[in-house]
This record gives sequence, C-alpha cells and structure tokens, in this order.
Amino acid sequence: MDQLAALADQAANPGADWSYGGFGVYIHWPFCLSKCPYCDFNSHVRREVDQARWSRALDLELEAMRQRSGARQVDSLFFGGGTPSLMAPETVGAAIETVQRFWGLTDNAEITLEANPTSIEAGRFRGYAEAGVNRVSIGVQALNDAHLTALGRTHTALEARAAFDIARSAFDRVSFDLIYARVDQTFEAWRGELTEALAMAVDHLSLYQLTIEPETRFAELQARGKLRVPSDEKSAAMFAVTQEICEAMGVPAYEVSNHARPGAESRHNLVYWRYGDYAGVGPGAHGRLTSNGKRWATETVRGPEAWLNRVEAMGDGLTQAVELSLSEQADEMMLMGLRLSEGVDMTRYTALSGRTLQEERITPLLEQELLTIEGKQLRATATGRPVLNALLRTLLA
Amino acid sequence: MTDLSHIRNFSIVAHIDHGKSTLADRLIQTTGALSDREMKAQVLDSMELERERGITIKAQTVRLHYKALDGEEYVLNLIDTPGHVDFAYEVSRSMLAVEGSLLVVDASQGVEAQTLANVYQAIEADHEIVPVLNKIDLPAAEPERVCEQIEDVIGIDASDAVHISAKTGLGIDKVLEAIVKRLPAPKGDRSAPLKALLVDSWYDAYLGVVVLVRIVDGVLKKGMKIKMMSTKATYPVDRVGVFSPKMLTVDTLGPGELGFITASIKQVADTRVGDTITEDRKETTSALPGFKPAQPVVFCGIFPIDSAEFEGLREAMEKLALNDASFSHEMETSAALGFGFRCGFLGLLHMEIIRERLEREYNIDLITTAPSVVYQVHTTDGGMMEMHNPADMPDPVKVDRIEEPWIKANIMVPDDYLGDVLKLCQDRRGVQADLTYAGSRAMAVYRLPLNEVVFDFYDRLKSISKGYASFDYQLEGYEAGDLVRMSILVNAEPVDALSVIVHRSQAERRGRAMCEKLKELIPQHMFQVPIQAAIGGRIIARETVRALRKDVTAKCYGGDVTRKRKLLEKQKAGKKKMRQFGRVDIPQEAFINALKMDE
Repeated sequence: MDQLAALADQAANPGADWSYGGFGVYIHWPFCLSKCPYCDFNSHVRREVDQARWSRALDLELEAMRQRSGARQVDSLFFGGGTPSLMAPETVGAAIETVQRFWGLTDNAEITLEANPTSIEAGRFRGYAEAGVNRVSIGVQALNDAHLTALGRTHTALEARAAFDIARSAFDRVSFDLIYARVDQTFEAWRGELTEALAMAVDHLSLYQLTIEPETRFAELQARGKLRVPSDEKSAAMFAVTQEICEAMGVPAYEVSNHARPGAESRHNLVYWRYGDYAGVGPGAHGRLTSNGKRWATETVRGPEAWLNRVEAMGDGLTQAVELSLSEQADEMMLMGLRLSEGVDMTRYTALSGRTLQEERITPLLEQELLTIEGKQLRATATGRPVLNALLRTLLA
Repeated sequence: MTDLSHIRNFSIVAHIDHGKSTLADRLIQTTGALSDREMKAQVLDSMELERERGITIKAQTVRLHYKALDGEEYVLNLIDTPGHVDFAYEVSRSMLAVEGSLLVVDASQGVEAQTLANVYQAIEADHEIVPVLNKIDLPAAEPERVCEQIEDVIGIDASDAVHISAKTGLGIDKVLEAIVKRLPAPKGDRSAPLKALLVDSWYDAYLGVVVLVRIVDGVLKKGMKIKMMSTKATYPVDRVGVFSPKMLTVDTLGPGELGFITASIKQVADTRVGDTITEDRKETTSALPGFKPAQPVVFCGIFPIDSAEFEGLREAMEKLALNDASFSHEMETSAALGFGFRCGFLGLLHMEIIRERLEREYNIDLITTAPSVVYQVHTTDGGMMEMHNPADMPDPVKVDRIEEPWIKANIMVPDDYLGDVLKLCQDRRGVQADLTYAGSRAMAVYRLPLNEVVFDFYDRLKSISKGYASFDYQLEGYEAGDLVRMSILVNAEPVDALSVIVHRSQAERRGRAMCEKLKELIPQHMFQVPIQAAIGGRIIARETVRALRKDVTAKCYGGDVTRKRKLLEKQKAGKKKMRQFGRVDIPQEAFINALKMDE
C-alpha cells in the first residue's frame, strides 16, 4: 500500500497520470514458424527474415518514439510477438542498446523476451541473457502432448520442461504460460496439470482460459460445431479451482490470469494494468504516450513488409496517433486497473474524469460483494473478477 | 372539362404482390402521362416507406389520356387505394368515388383473402368489375383454374378476363380498351348546383391542405367560394387541378371528374372525409350520404428511449396526426417507461407504419408496448368505460363485466395447411362460422376475439402456412368475456408496461409463454433474475434468468485497451436501448416481443 500511495502522489495531476504505472517499451516481432489455431495476434509465417534490416527499422522507430515521449527512464522493455525467440541474439542486443541510448533503463529495469520452448530456441537463451534479457516468458501452453498437438504447438511437454530448466539457469526470472479450459479438458486433468506446473521452480505463471477469437482456425471449427469447449459453468469452476490451488501454493493471482510469488509480478504488464505509458514499436504495436500534458493512443501498420517499408521511408510506422480525452483515459484506466488484485485508486479516476463513479451503480455492486472499497482503492472481489466484463458494463457503460 | 361519355373512373383491386402498382405504372407509361425519364418504378407509392414495403397507404389519383380504337379521346381517372385490411375504410370511400374496378389476380397464385375483402367492397359500391389475370407469362400460371376460382369464390363472370403481364407490358392495350368498353361512364348534371365528394385530404408542405374531390354535379372553378356542408365553413378556391400524376392546374372540374383543390384551409382536421362540397351562394339541396369516421381499434404505448426526446416525440406525433385522422395519441405515464403516449391505430400494419415513420423520419428511438384492443368495462354502478390500456383496469370488485371486440376473419389457405390453421384459430378462442373449398384451397370463416389476433396471429398464420395463407377481417361487435389482468414481475417488481388483459382460460399458457420469452430476452446479470406472471396476488408462472458465472477477458494487454474502450463505448450506446428496472436491464424489444408466442 505504501508503494501505491507513493505512486498516487507522483501522479496527482492528469498530465502526469502515466507515472502511476511507469514507462515501458514494447517491441513486436511479428514472425512465427507456424500459426497456432487459437491465436489472433499479429503474427505471420515467413521463410526468410532480413534481421539486419529489421534491426535498423526498429532503431528508426524507437528514435521516433523517443521524440514523442521526451526524456524519461524506461522501467521495462518487452519483446513480444509473434515469436521473438526467433530473433537473433544480436538483433535483441541491438534493440536493448538503442533503448538504453535514447532513454536509459532504470537500474532494476525488467527486460523480458517471449520464447517458445523448442530445443533450437532454448539454445539461444544464453545469448539473450548476454544481450541483457533478464526475464523470459515461455509459451509452454500445456504439459500434455496430445493437447499440445491440438493447440498447434510444435514442442512436446518434455522439451518444454528442458527449455524451462535451461531458462532457469540463464535468467533471473522465468515465467510460463498455460492455456486451460481446453477442448476436451476435464476438471481433474487441469487440476493435475496445474499442480505439476506449480511443482516446477516457477515464480510467475500466466494461466489463460482458452478463448475462441474471431477469424482463427478454432473459431471456424466452432462455427461448424467441431470444437467442444467447456460450458460457462465448467470454466467458472476451473477458474475457481485455479485461484484456490495457486493461492495455496503461494503464487496468488495479482491479475485475472496472472499469478506470481509476491515481488515476482511482471513489471511490464503492470505498466499496462496500472495504465502507465508505453511506446509500441514494430508492426501492429499499440502505445500510450503522454506529451505536453496530453495522452496519445498510437498504432502502427500491421503488415510486416508494409511496416518495414513505411519506417524506412518515413521514420515510423504510425497509422494513428489519437489524442485521448480525459474521460476516455479514465475509462481505460478502470478497464485495465480492475483486472488487478490491488484494484484502482478512485481519486485517480476522479482526477482524470472530473467526476466520481456513479453512486447508484457502485452501491449495488458493493452490496453484492462484487466490488470492495478499502481506503481509496476500489477492487473487484474473488466473485467479481470472473464476471469482470459484466461488472465493468454495469459500472461504466 | 370532358364530356361525361368520355370519362371512365376506376380503381384497381388486388392482393399485395399481385401486381397492382406495376399495372398502374404500365397504364401511366402506355398513355404517356409520364416520360420514361420520369418513370420511377411504382410512381404512385410516393412515401419512401410505402415503396419499400410495396403497399399504398393514402389514396392517390392519376388522370390518363387515352385514344381508344374507336378513334375517340377518353379521360381515364385511376384512383389507387390501399390494399391492406387496416385501411379497409379508406378503400371503401375511394370506391365510392369511381364507377368500376379492375380485379387483378395473380394467375399463378389465385384469389387471396385480401382480394376478397376489397372486391366485396367494390361490389357493394355497385362497381362494374373487369377481371384481369396478371403474370400470365409465368410458367406456373393457370389462367383457367384461376378464372374458375374467381367465378366460384367471388361469383362474377370471368370468361372474358384480360390476360396480361404487367411486368413485360403484355396485354396492357387490352386493359385500356376494356376500361373504355366495359366500364360505365359517370353520370351527373353540369348545370345543377355544385355537389362534390371530399374523398381525401392531406397536408402538403408547399400548398397547405390539398383536398381530393370527385365532382358529382355542377362545375368547380378557381375563385369560387365553396362550402363544406357538415361544418358550414366556407373557403375561396385558390387552385383547381388534376394529377397526371404530377400536379397540373386546370381551369375547371366538371361532373364525373376527379381532381384536387386548395382553398386556404388551415389544417387537415378542418376537412371531413366523405363531406359534401357545394357552392356557397348556390347550394345543392341534397348532401351525399357521407362516411362514418374510422375508429382506432388497436392501441399501444409509445415511449421515447431517451426521455429527453419526449417533446420531440410529441411534435412528431402532432405532425403525423395532421395527415392521418385515424391515428390518435394521448399522453401516458408509465412507472417503467416514463412519459410517452397511448396511441390508437386502425390495425397492426398501421401501427407498424406509424412507429417506423416516427423512428425514420423524425429520428426518435422508441419503445413500443404490446398492442391492446379497446375493452368496454362495465362497472357495478352501471357505468361503462372504454379501456385502452391494461394499466387503467379498475379494481376487480368494482367491475361487473368486461366486453371485448370480436372480428369475423376470412382465411384462405391451401389444403395442406388447413389443419394447422384451424388449430391456431381454435387455440385463439375462435369459433368456426364457415368452411368451404375452391379447388385445393380452403376458405375458413372464423369469429375471433380481436385481442387474440393483435399480437402475432398474422405472423403465426404466415409461418404455419409457409406464407401461403391469406387473412382479412371485419369488426363484428362487443361481447362479454372472462377477462383478467395479468401482471409481469421482474426481480419481484411489477413492470406495468408488460401487463396484459387475457382470457382466464388462456392466462396460464400466456403467462408461461411470456415468462419463457422474457427469459430469452433479458440478458444474464451478475445475479439471478426471477420473472413471474401473476393475476392479482397469485403467481401463475415463473422462470429464472440464471446469474452469469463467467464473463471476463482472459488476455488483456497494451494492444487490447483501445478495443476494450471501443466496446465499452458501444455498450454505452446499447444501454440507451435498455430500460433499467430496479437493477435489471430490460432491452426495449422485450416490451413487444414478450407477447410473441412460438407455439
């Protein structure tokens, strides 16, 4: 709480609101070896990638973002994708150096790279660590080979464990992702798999319920009635047991789908959820940047080649830089902040929007124990979080 | 002015989609009333909504010049009438303005219920009737069978029916000749004092009130001072004209002619349809019989979704009422829906049209409550009140009896679907009056309580007969019934706008159906929402909308914020289309869809 209170002091006026969440840089590497059937991210399969050319383009766009953000220190740098573990360690190193040169990284800055747990990629872990990466987030997704195949993954459970062990020795911090409430997954099977995962020496876990996103292979299968996903009832029960087990094992949820030993939370993702500023670099990357007291939503060209050409020609790949009104910022802050166990500081909402939350909306939610208020913090409770979308509709729509 | 012997006045009678408007267009085109460039398909249906739905609401006329095979020039006046049962009243008065009718029947479909209702009106108005078989070019056309059917069902000679295809223009010349040869010329006395029928009137933004007239005797000219015989009001005539179909000014209108006048009349309400117009200084001795005014038979509540739009809604309704004497509106307050209006209509289509015009032309989002009929509530003290709204139901102990309107319905349906149609009528408390066959089609005549018909009878009929059944009705009168008010409680609170009057024998079934329907219509909330139907304090049906168990986005990072915010903005807009009831959001369409039963 003291930490939050200190942040609140810094961020007391709307022009400095971002400092509540800090400043991060996100770099998107849009390439994958194959497309997974559940994934709706901006990812593309290419046989050849000219890494030197990409490295130069990333540098150019980083420079453009530095001009927008002004001088500040970077709390977190994140390589996401796509599959950033397909980047050459030199490419990663060059980007880290550029960020250091333009902004400067704070002393304990978090530098994360998302990685797939194949043996080839694990072979590059040492190189990433030497380039400055201090945290990896591994896309394990399942500890069951049949399910891994069904999810379109190219690794086995054994490979994933091996990659995890290599990562453990190479990096200070290691996290991995699992997908649950999968097709044909039973409640008991998930319980077992989660317990196994927690037995690995992990300090951070992202546990996502399978979501069928539009325009994915899974969505198409579902439309044809060929995908059996658990019912809402069952997935609600799976969500509940996940919270229970993780809590008992000392890895409680600090966000809807993210669990960590206290102190091991992802600094980068906290920038998003605490609604800080972030520069989004690379194809299809989104950003939030405050300059001269105004906050801008930025977005870049999605197609990799189109982005590359545009950056080389114009210095950045921005398709949009839209000024966000204070009430839009207030909504975004709430949408993100209530995902966190720590909740949101209501005075921050008031400072941004110029109004307080509507009494007649908030009271019933408090009475139903979907929300709680403690001091200035508004939080979604354990019963509120599984229905957070409905809760936000009631509160804000 | 044309000599009486060279005038023919006629209307076209047809079932919807049998080609009435297309035939009218062809006649206009063939006689050269409009150049090809001016021809817009179905020119007579001038309102956007009419053209979209393929229906005609207001009467319209067009004057055609036709050089017949006998070498003589004739003036043909076509009066286009609405085809739908809701506007039967407007049909009947238009019929009285002409001497003959073309009965257009689709040669592949045959006679339909709507054809019947309108042709009977033509027969009642003493019309000479020329049967016209349309769509003769379709492979499915069966002209002989349809002629037989016309003779069997309607009882008129169809041996010299004109075979046409309005779409291709085939046989249009024969129709024009038949009009001249077979329809009678109008009668009238040019030297007698002016006697003219006020057929219809409407408000025109540029000209003010336009009055459609049919001259019976005498001559009407510009500058003449006319008198409305029912109100005794006098007006100087500013303009005399005809529709070609464009408005065309003429010097005079003589006996047998149809045309329009403008006469500095302030509002449509100052004109009475069916009134006799005469000359102020030279009055006719006998007025025309006139018409009885149309009475609204279906009522519903109309409320603005955004209560700030109430004034706008009031203005819009006043404007619509200017042109539509059969549409009534009165202010109403609902605990659920706020301020709005109780509105009366000629029927369900009329209601739909007004609602759509309010939303479309005046851009107001509306909530419409379930339609209801007018009940006559007889109280124990000997009084009687007309109840337009279930919310106005007096305390049951003060009610002696409630009477409800009954209709006589003609339903034409192919054999295959007859069983289902009879069951539907039976389920709706219908009493069979007649059942006859013409070929493979049956005609069922049923007496039915109107309140069983107003919600969704027509929709149900269409769906169980795969669209083949046709339906028409007339009002018959009032009869006492065992009627009760059923209330709906959502989350234990009564929602006044959902209460309905039902027959006691139907209450449980209706209550169950409404609860089931509302269960589908009300979205899941974060708590369970009980829905109950009750008569007085007794619960007769119950359903529960289960509480949401899971509704949260699994992955939400920096790239998802914009999408999430835009979704929230959409939800804010969507919320305006919901009514908050205690803590429950009820979507606007629930107020009307709750009554639709999918038996």
